[in-house]
Formats: sequence, C-alpha cells, structure tokens
Amino acid sequence: MTAPNHRRRRFKNALMQVFTCVCAVLVTLPLFLVFFYLLKSGIGAVNGHFFTQLPAPPGETGGGMANAIVGTFELLGLAALVGVPVGVLGGVFLSEYGHSRLNWWVRFAADVLNGVPSIIWGMVVYGLIVRHGLGLNLFGAQVGLIDRGYSAWAGGLVLGLMMIPLIMRTSEEVLRLVPNGYREAALALGIAQWRTVVQIVVRTALKGIITGILLALARVAGETAPLIFTAFGNQFWNRSLADPIAALPLQIYYYAIGPYEDWHRQAWAGALVLLLLITVINVSVRVLTRDRFSQRHS
Amino acid sequence: MAMAESDPNVAGTIPRALAGRRFGDRAFKWFTLLMALTVFVLIVLIGCELADGSHLALRQFGWRFLVSSEWDPVSEQFGALPFVFGTLVSSAIGLIIAVPLSIATAVYLTELAPQWLRQPLTIFIELLAAVPSVILGLWGIFVMVPWLRVHLFPWLKGAFGFLPLFQGPIYGLSMLAGGIIIAIMVLPIITSMSREILRSVPGLQREAAYALGATRWEVTRIAVLSYAKKGLFGAVILGLGRALGETMAVTMVIGNNTQIAASLFAPGNTLASAIANQFAEATGDVYLSALFELGLVLLGVTVLVNAFAQLILKTFAGPSVTPQN
Amino acid sequence: MKLLNRCTLIAGAALAFAPLNSAFAQMLINGAGATFPAPIYQKWFYEYAKVDPAIRINYQSIGSGGGQQQIRAETVTFGASDGPMSDADLAKVPRKLLHIPTVAGADVLTYNLPGNPKLKVDGPTLVDLFLGKITKWNDPRLTGQNPGVSLPDQDIVVVHRSDGSGTTYIWVDYLSNISKEWETRVGRGTSVNWPVGLGAKGNEGVTGQVKQLPGAVGYVELIYAKQNKLPYADVKNAAGHYITPSIESVTEALATAKIPDDFRFSMVNPPGEKAYPIAGATWLLVYAEQQDAAKGRKLVEFLNWAMTKGESMAAALDYAPLPEAVQKRVLERIKTIKY
Repeated sequence: MTAPNHRRRRFKNALMQVFTCVCAVLVTLPLFLVFFYLLKSGIGAVNGHFFTQLPAPPGETGGGMANAIVGTFELLGLAALVGVPVGVLGGVFLSEYGHSRLNWWVRFAADVLNGVPSIIWGMVVYGLIVRHGLGLNLFGAQVGLIDRGYSAWAGGLVLGLMMIPLIMRTSEEVLRLVPNGYREAALALGIAQWRTVVQIVVRTALKGIITGILLALARVAGETAPLIFTAFGNQFWNRSLADPIAALPLQIYYYAIGPYEDWHRQAWAGALVLLLLITVINVSVRVLTRDRFSQRHS
Repeated sequence: MAMAESDPNVAGTIPRALAGRRFGDRAFKWFTLLMALTVFVLIVLIGCELADGSHLALRQFGWRFLVSSEWDPVSEQFGALPFVFGTLVSSAIGLIIAVPLSIATAVYLTELAPQWLRQPLTIFIELLAAVPSVILGLWGIFVMVPWLRVHLFPWLKGAFGFLPLFQGPIYGLSMLAGGIIIAIMVLPIITSMSREILRSVPGLQREAAYALGATRWEVTRIAVLSYAKKGLFGAVILGLGRALGETMAVTMVIGNNTQIAASLFAPGNTLASAIANQFAEATGDVYLSALFELGLVLLGVTVLVNAFAQLILKTFAGPSVTPQN
Repeated sequence: MKLLNRCTLIAGAALAFAPLNSAFAQMLINGAGATFPAPIYQKWFYEYAKVDPAIRINYQSIGSGGGQQQIRAETVTFGASDGPMSDADLAKVPRKLLHIPTVAGADVLTYNLPGNPKLKVDGPTLVDLFLGKITKWNDPRLTGQNPGVSLPDQDIVVVHRSDGSGTTYIWVDYLSNISKEWETRVGRGTSVNWPVGLGAKGNEGVTGQVKQLPGAVGYVELIYAKQNKLPYADVKNAAGHYITPSIESVTEALATAKIPDDFRFSMVNPPGEKAYPIAGATWLLVYAEQQDAAKGRKLVEFLNWAMTKGESMAAALDYAPLPEAVQKRVLERIKTIKY
C-alpha cells in the first residue's frame, strides 16, 4: 500500500464501483421489462370493476377479480399462521440453542425442502389432506380438523408449509449475526434466557427476519401449481374456509392460457395487481419497522 | 458453528453455565426445538407420499428408471435420465449467470451505492421475487425468447460456434432460455440474502480497513467479502434450491424435448417441468406412478446437490470465516 | 414478539371472513377437468346461477386426466374430459360412471409462412409432417396439393404440446386412424413420444411459438387459431374433399359419427361429405347414482338445462353444439341418474 500504485488502486476502486452498479442495473432490468410488459398489456383492464366484481363469463367484457384478491389475502393469512411461527422459532433454535451436528442436519433438511418444487408440495398436501382430510383421535373421539375435499384450509396449509424452510433459514442467518455481547449483557442483568432471546436477540434481528418473511410471502403469493390441487379456485365468493377458494395466481393462470384477448388483458391486469399488492405490503412493513429498528447499521 | 465459540463478535451459542436454569427457558428451548424438527417431519412426509405414489413404477422399472432415456407414455416405458440431465444443466446455467450478478449487486447495495439509492433498489429486487412464475414464463415466451432467438443466440453462435455448446439450429425455446429464466428467478433470492449478510458484517471490520488507508473497494474485498464468505455461500445454496425446483416459467421456455443434447440451443426438459406438464393429464396408473417417481428422483437430486454444496462449503469456505486482520 | 403479534393479526383478519361468510346458506357444487370446454362451462355456470340462485357450480379446468382422477377419487361432484375414459380406467371407478357429451371442437393445423397463405393438406401429408419425413416447406407433396401458392425453401419446425392434453389426443387419434405407421410407432394418448419438434405448454404456448417462429407448424384448438388470427389449413376428409374447419363442418362430423349407447365415441375421420375430419367431443363425467341427494337433484336439474338452453349458447363461443337427435338421447340418459 505504497504511493506508486495509489493511482492503480483508485482506478480499480472506480472500476469496481461501475461494475457492481452495472450488475445492479442488470438484476433489476427483468423486473422493469416484465413490469413494462404488464403495464402495456394489462393497465386497460384495471378499473373499479376489477376490484369489486366477480369474473365475467366468456364472451362478455368487463368483470373483475374481487374474489381472487380477497382469496389471496385469506390464503396468505392462513399461510403466515402456519409458516411464520414455525419458521421463526425454528430459526431461533438453530441460532440460539442447537448442537452443531443437529443444526447441520436441520439446515440441510431445510435446504433440501427449499428445492422441492411447488407442484410436489401440492401433490403431497393433496394426498394427505384433500383425499383423506385431517383429524385427531382424542381419547377415542374423532375430532375433524380439516374435512376431505378441496378447501381454503388445504391451500393455506400448502403455502404455509412451503414458507417454513425459507423463513427458518433466513431467520437463522440474521439471528446469528446479532453480536453475542447483546446476549451476554442481557443475561448479566439477570433477564431470563428466553426473554433475552425474544426481546433482545429477535428484536435486534427483526428487520432481517421480516425481510425473510416478506421474501417467503412474495414467493408463495405467486404460486399456482400447488394451489390447483388444494385451494382449487372458485369462480364465486368463498363462503367458508372449508370450500374451494379463488386466488389471484390461479385466476391469472386460467385466464392466461385461455383463448380470448379479453382474458389475456385480465390476466396481465391480475399480474399487475398482484405485483402492486406485494409492493404495498413490502413498503408498508418496511415503513412500520424502520423507525424503531433501523439504527443497527446506520 | 465452530466459528461462534471462537469469535465473540459473531452470534452463537450462549455459554452453557447461564443457560437453561429456569422452567420458562427450558420450555422455550424445547418448543423451538420442536419447530426446528418440523423440517424432518416434512421431508419424511414428502418422501413417504412420493414413494407411496411411485411404488408401481419402482417395482416395474427398478434402477433402470435412472439410466434409461426413453419416455413413452403410450407404450408405458419410462426413464428419468434426460430429465435429470436437464435439471442439472439448466440449474447450472442459472447459477453461473445469477451468482456473480447477485453478489456484485449485493456489494453495490451495501457498500458502494449512494445512500438514497439503496432502499428503492432493494425493494425492486425483492419485487422481482414476487413476479408469479407463470407470468414470468409468458413474458419469456412473448418477449425474452424472440429476443434471444433474433439477437443473443446468433451472436453466441457466431462468437463461440466452435464449441459444441453453441451449435445446431436455433429455435429460441432451449435449455439456455430455461437457464436464463432460472437465473432471473434466483437473482432476487441470492441478492437479498447476500445483502442481508453483508450488511451484518460489523462496522468495526470496515473501520479497521479504512484506517489502514484502503479504498472503498479494498475495504469491501478484504474486510467484508472474506468475512462474509460462508454466509454468501449459504445464500447461493438457497438460490440453488429454487433453481432445482423451479417449474412453471422454465416449462414454458425450455422447449420440453426429452433428449440429451450437447447444444444449449437445443430444447430440453427438467424433472419439475415434466411433472408439471404431465401430472394433470396422466391417466394410466403406471404413467402416474412414473411421474411420482420423477418427484422422488428430484428429491434425491436435491439431497445430493445440497450435500455436495455442503462439502464444498466445508472444504473451501470454512477456515476463512474468522476475520484475518 | 411484536412481529408475531402483527402476523397473527393479519391472519386473524383473514379468518374473520369465515364466520361472516358461512351465514349465507348456498350450495356449492364442484367440478373439475378439461381445459378445452372451460369457457362454455364457465358461461353455463354463470348463467345458471341466475336460473337457480340457490346453487353455485364451480368449475376449474385442471385438465382432462385430472377430471378423470378427481371423479374417481370423488373429490368433486362431476368430472370433465376431452377424451372418453378407457375400459381399464372405467373398471377402477367405485360406481357406474356416465359419459355426458356436451359440445365438440376441431383441432387445426396452423403455421407461420410469409403472407400466411391458405393451405390444403391431406392426412398422409400430416402424418409425414409430424413424423419428420417432410422437412422443407417446398416439398413436392405440399406444393402438389397447393397449386398457386408459392411455398419457400424453408425448414419446417414442428411445434407440439408438451403437456398432456385432449387436443393432442384428438390429433394423434386422427393420425393413428389414417396411418398404420403412426399407430405402431407413436400411438394414441394425451401425451405421446413425439418423433420431432418443440414442445410448448398449452394451446397458448403452441400459438405463441407458431406466431413467432418463421416456418413453424403446429396444432391448436380452432378457437385459439381464430382468436389469435393465425392461418389454418383445410384438411382432406374421408370423402375426398378439402374441408375448412368451422362450427358447421364439426357439427356435420358429429352428425355422421357413429355414437354408441354409452356415448364414448371417437369422431375423427367420419364419412360425412362436408365433415371436418379432425374433431372431438368433450364429456361431463357423472355418477349414475349420486351419493348426496340434494346435490344430485340440483346436478340433474342443471344437466337438463344444459342440454336444452345451454346448447344454444355454444355456437356464439365457437363450440359445435350436439345435433338435436343426440341431445334427445342424452336427455333420456340424464333421466336415469338416481339420487
């Protein structure tokens, strides 16, 4: 690090700055291209009706995806109910308690699960829940939890299960990065260990955990294949979580593969709305969490 | 996890003497353990369900299933080799494109980009993860593949045509197109995770390097990247998971030809896309069973690839995690 | 755990829909299956919701094979399929299953050539195209049948379906019907081992590929070629005439096809003078004895409506309705459903 190569080092610095910037542009490029395409093809169909009406039958223009929009929210809610607690607490175990060998296996299993294609998740939940239903045998009394047949429960469950390994791994990665000093300080103050974990460690890493949850939600929000054989889809309003339910990706899929120009417009519009929906969730959660937790790396 | 004990700056296990004294602590620990163990339950569930569904094919074809490249639903002869090949090749292409791009982007986002740009760029990248697979696939058919066919592929053929990889007729729908779609799908995952990991490198690391008079890039390289190597590798593995299992979008652009071709311009097929293509319409019991077995093979491939990745991680990334300065 | 609280809140809000919704008593009948007739079925169920507001019929197009599997597993009240079930498959269903034909459609040969001329082809030419024996557009067998059309010296790229499909079944059923070689080398099925070509997913995928790839040729449902303004070929029928695919020529094919008592029939290459040779019907799959009496009654009411009022809506959506004689036979069959 002497003076003569100072210029070369400065040059290399500038070069890398430009190079990584170009990479960042390249990474975001597909989003803009897709977004532009959706905007071009779908904006015409996004109007008041789109958010308030049921799908129109073929041959008639107009109609909307109100049932699918609500359905997607219901499914994501159910999925979060399954995926978030299991995933985050599993991540807590990995980073705070586990033995290195057990951890290795859990992490390995989670990585394998992340590679299971969504359609296989669909096949499994179909085989377990849709074909047979889920029940508990409590002291001889049969308690039915989920009836057999297609249902919102089954759809929410499959999305939730898919989120578990993703959330577990991302939570673990960020929890592990919380400096040990925080834990020691809290324990030294006599705070119970579990409270230390929940109130100090998880809280410090909350932003990262939420990023992980959002990524997981964003990933499953657009899933079609596992929903076909679980949530099934519904042209009408869902009246009960034990009935089939509509979801945006399903509706988009059926419209996109259909023959009519108007259906395609609706499909693009649906995709546009799905994307915007996730943007809104993403941004609002970020704003909600920023004030209290962003001081970590200012 | 050996790193945790040796380095007080990084997270890890809590000293044993302090741990597990109270009932609440123990209950909480066991509860989180239970949650962590669900991943095993899930794997066993998936494995059992797939094995159960595929017993007919398992009995009929045995090990031949893995090495046969014949796939004929009409005469009910099934072999998985072309699909295994396609899955490995398309995922490899996807990662070769995505890994350098995503890590460079993560570096830009955490170290080099102007402050005001970081947040919006991050959100854009996470949004990319939200594009439904089927939409990306349709965009692939209507926008990306025509562009590849007219511009990129002829150029590649001209420049690298001496390699068998870039020979043969150009249709657009191809293994390479599938790989590029996979790259687009894993980019946001690897980038977001890498960014999270780089951000968490302690500021002290950077400051020490700056104090030595390093440039920004040198700080990044010496203090940040080498420190975060192991974490970055974890991010790549997460991306790999998605690459192996990606279904809809790949199916739409890969050409779905059950063959093993040297050329990346030739259409191919993957395990996941074969299942997605044929599962809904398969009626024969053996046929359906063979599709379940493809699922089982995919699970096996995922296990092997992940094991291989872990091995690499142990060999190369292990020792360098502890800071060097 | 603020985070968890928040998520529970969101989930709780979603769950709140449940009790609110179940306040309305309304019967939901689920059906699943074929993609090809999905538009007309959706139209029917939409209109029928006005006829009988007490029920909603929910149809999802998961594919013909899926429809057969699901009715066999009884996860749905009715199935739908573009191909009749085989004897082997029918032997596996728990009770007697009826095939109720609803409408018919045509498979057309679509292509991408400069100027998109109208082409004429006969069956053996189609077989050789899809066997990869004809590789250039200016092959004498193509130019011979199309005097006056200048066909370029260009490679032919065959595009076929990659997913299993009733459309494929009709196509290869026809090819098997006229060519022994096709029947033994490739055979019939919703998905087959194609000798040549690129696989694209869905009618929409094939349409997209043919549209973009110069020299491409593929098969799609008539309605996709029409809606996407792609050219499609006239095909020589059994009587020796080149016939343009249309609702009329498909209805003609239906009228001259031999329809057995169980309604499981193939209508490719029928004898009719004006019949288009590559067409197929689509069926609803319904159990002869309904398990759920209330749903069974409503289903029968709907089927009666579909065979009368419903059939008249078909042509507007480019589906060929059943000839009246067949409608009558189907209505008789519907009467035998017990619930």
